[in-house]
Amino acid sequence: MSLLAVDRLAICTADGTPLVSDISFELPSGGRLGVIGESGSGKSLTTLALLGLLPAGLRVSGSIRFHPAGGEPVQVVGASESALRRLRGRVATVVFQEPSTALDPLMRLGDQIGASVRRTRGLRGPALRAAVLSALADVGLDHRIGRAYPHEVSGGQRQRAAIAAAVACRPALLVADEPTTALDVTVQADVLALLDRLVADRGLALLFISHDLAVVSRIAERVLVLDRGSAIESGTVTEILTAPRHPVTRALLESARHLDAALEVRQP
Amino acid sequence: MVRYLVRRGGLLVASLLLASVALFLLLRVLPGDPANALLTVDATPEQIEAAQRQVGSDRSLPEQFVTWFGQLARLDLGRSFVSTLPVGPEIVDRLVVTLPLTLFAFALAIVIAVPVGYLCARWSRTWYGAGLSALSQLGIAVPAFWVGMLLIFVFALRLRVFPSGGFPRAGWADPGAALTSLTLPVLTIALVMSASLIRYVRSATLDVLGSDYLRTARALGASSAEAMWRHGLRNAAGPVVSVLGVELATTFLGAVVVESVFALPGLGSMLVKGITQHDYPVVQGVLFVSTVAVLVIGFLADLAQRLIDPRLRGSSPGGSR
Amino acid sequence: MSRHRRSLVAGGILVGLTCAAALISLLWTPYPVSDTSGGRLAPVTAAHLLGTDRLGRDLATQLMVGARIALETGLGAVVVGGTLGVLVGIAAGFAQRWLDDGLAALLDIVIAFPTLLLAMLVVAARGASLGSAILALGLAMSAVVARLTRILVKRVLAQDFVTASLVSGTSWPRVVAEHVLPNIWPTLAVNLALQFGLAVLAEASLSYLGLGAPPPNQSWGRMLQEAQSTVLVAPAGLVAPGLALVVLVVGANLVADGLREVADPLARRSS
Repeated sequence: MSLLAVDRLAICTADGTPLVSDISFELPSGGRLGVIGESGSGKSLTTLALLGLLPAGLRVSGSIRFHPAGGEPVQVVGASESALRRLRGRVATVVFQEPSTALDPLMRLGDQIGASVRRTRGLRGPALRAAVLSALADVGLDHRIGRAYPHEVSGGQRQRAAIAAAVACRPALLVADEPTTALDVTVQADVLALLDRLVADRGLALLFISHDLAVVSRIAERVLVLDRGSAIESGTVTEILTAPRHPVTRALLESARHLDAALEVRQP
Repeated sequence: MVRYLVRRGGLLVASLLLASVALFLLLRVLPGDPANALLTVDATPEQIEAAQRQVGSDRSLPEQFVTWFGQLARLDLGRSFVSTLPVGPEIVDRLVVTLPLTLFAFALAIVIAVPVGYLCARWSRTWYGAGLSALSQLGIAVPAFWVGMLLIFVFALRLRVFPSGGFPRAGWADPGAALTSLTLPVLTIALVMSASLIRYVRSATLDVLGSDYLRTARALGASSAEAMWRHGLRNAAGPVVSVLGVELATTFLGAVVVESVFALPGLGSMLVKGITQHDYPVVQGVLFVSTVAVLVIGFLADLAQRLIDPRLRGSSPGGSR
Repeated sequence: MSRHRRSLVAGGILVGLTCAAALISLLWTPYPVSDTSGGRLAPVTAAHLLGTDRLGRDLATQLMVGARIALETGLGAVVVGGTLGVLVGIAAGFAQRWLDDGLAALLDIVIAFPTLLLAMLVVAARGASLGSAILALGLAMSAVVARLTRILVKRVLAQDFVTASLVSGTSWPRVVAEHVLPNIWPTLAVNLALQFGLAVLAEASLSYLGLGAPPPNQSWGRMLQEAQSTVLVAPAGLVAPGLALVVLVVGANLVADGLREVADPLARRSS
């Protein structure tokens, strides 16, 4: 049984304009799926829909089904707010693209990590503090960073803190929505390596959303290509890289070659 | 933080000095001899001279300034031309009315504006939300003194539940009477003030509701109420607090008109009387005290904003305060 | 019709009503302004649509005449405050370092003082008159306008094509005429429409306190002050001038809201 099964997912505006249509995929426990597409292809809406976080006024149809090990299956489409709350953090968490706005600017990083740990794992007092410290250590941050506010640290450190807050909830699935796009090229590779290691160590499933095939091919096993709101191609990374069938995929591949070359120069 | 306090405190003192000079100059340099206040149209040259000596306008400008500034340094605001009583103690007497009036109204305005502004934002997509916003916008277009008059008409003259004006002679020695006489004025100021506050609360709330960090908190399992309480409130408070400072200053002085409507013996009516009687020491004194209040309120609002928002405190890696 | 367009039309109608009343009053009023033939505190009748005041003057007539003062003060203050504010704002926008800092700090201090207080200060110095009121409200407004202009000018100057134009030796008056003014006037217009409404309210307050234009200039603020003692007998005297004020100010605010679309077609958010 898959951890996540999405079947014929469709999202449209209140007046019926379709934004995403007929997207289906499955993600087994511990599996790694890359979702790739240009901006406007519907990948971020799909991410938000997975956790029931779409803005009010958008309509969702189809099925998004989580089946966590040792838990009851949850149908996200049409779920109550309290059912969604039990899902978010405990079963699946998200790391967003822009760490400078995704973190509360007025709260210390350690407190933000602590708040999500406390909520999802019910830890208090010294146990909570220990969990925050180990979460910081897991993402390679010094414990003093926990006392800093988001604006006091670098973009890469902010994104590490955001990853720490997400992973410290001990979810089964980590959704990463363009987690390296807002970062410097040199930092991108570090954060990517960090995600790779964390997901492997903890046996997390990973849903990695990106517009960059080069990045996706480094971390995912399978790839789903989106274009203008629908899935146009899917397969293993090797299949997509060696035998792309759809012209959009070929275009993505072409642009990735250039970027990849640039990355290789920096990361021998 | 200490360095900021010193710098901001220095600015406060400098603005106070600047304001006192500006006040002095404005009232002296502009045409018209303050001595005229004491004179009739057919005054003899001797009377004019005596009056000028009494108000000090026979001396040179720098001399007058030194005298005024010297008195100010000793917290002496001079004596009224008209009543010849010292201005300082009278201002204190009047503050006993104006200060509670302002503070009660301010508190009530916040109590009204925060929930209403929040709901305006929360319901911004619905017709009742839009209606609530429109209604509060209407409040900005209504003159405060007219609201006061309408309240008097309904609650004092028709329903007879509150007095139409005045303040008990015994003052706060009779707290019940003092409070009832302040009820309608407080309500008037609070209603008008909350109208403009609601706009700021609404837009700050809209900013917060659309923020990424709120979405992050929810993605990590927080209910929307918890996310709003833990992250939203503080983030919305920043911009609102800076407006609150300006609004408090406006209320303090906006009370002028409302005091007039309700015949309250406050600072505002003292100022109006001083202006109409050309009683310069009174005008100068009241304006000086108001200026101090405005500047000090601005100082406190800046400080509060810095306490809320670490980004204004300058970077200190490691986060030690 | 978009929301902004609706606001513009509705606001235009409300402000137009006041303008019409003021213009007609120059040619015709139901009664001569100081005619007291109606008798004191006459009730609302067909002859006196709003009744008469305690001196026997027709209230409808006074209301029409009062529109003139409201508009004159509002427009006068906008002209004074707008001109002065834009000039100072442009100067501050072009200024560098300490001069810019100094001007910005000065404007902040002036803005910290409520309009009404500044106005009373000017009235205290110059005596109560229509000119004092216009000058006072205009001065208070100019600080707000100047601060906004400064920010807008800085924003325009930061754009590459303006920098390029300055670097290539275009004189700054030309830059102001060609780049700055065309880019900032829409936002300024929105602000000035709002400021007009605030000036009208402030004038009413000054007149209510007896610090506005002295008689025989009839102003809505003073009408309200005069009506206060006779509310129970003649409530129309309390209601009519207040409503007239609200109509004009709401109209100005709606016009401002409508102009917002012109100022920034992309800004959909209403605030």
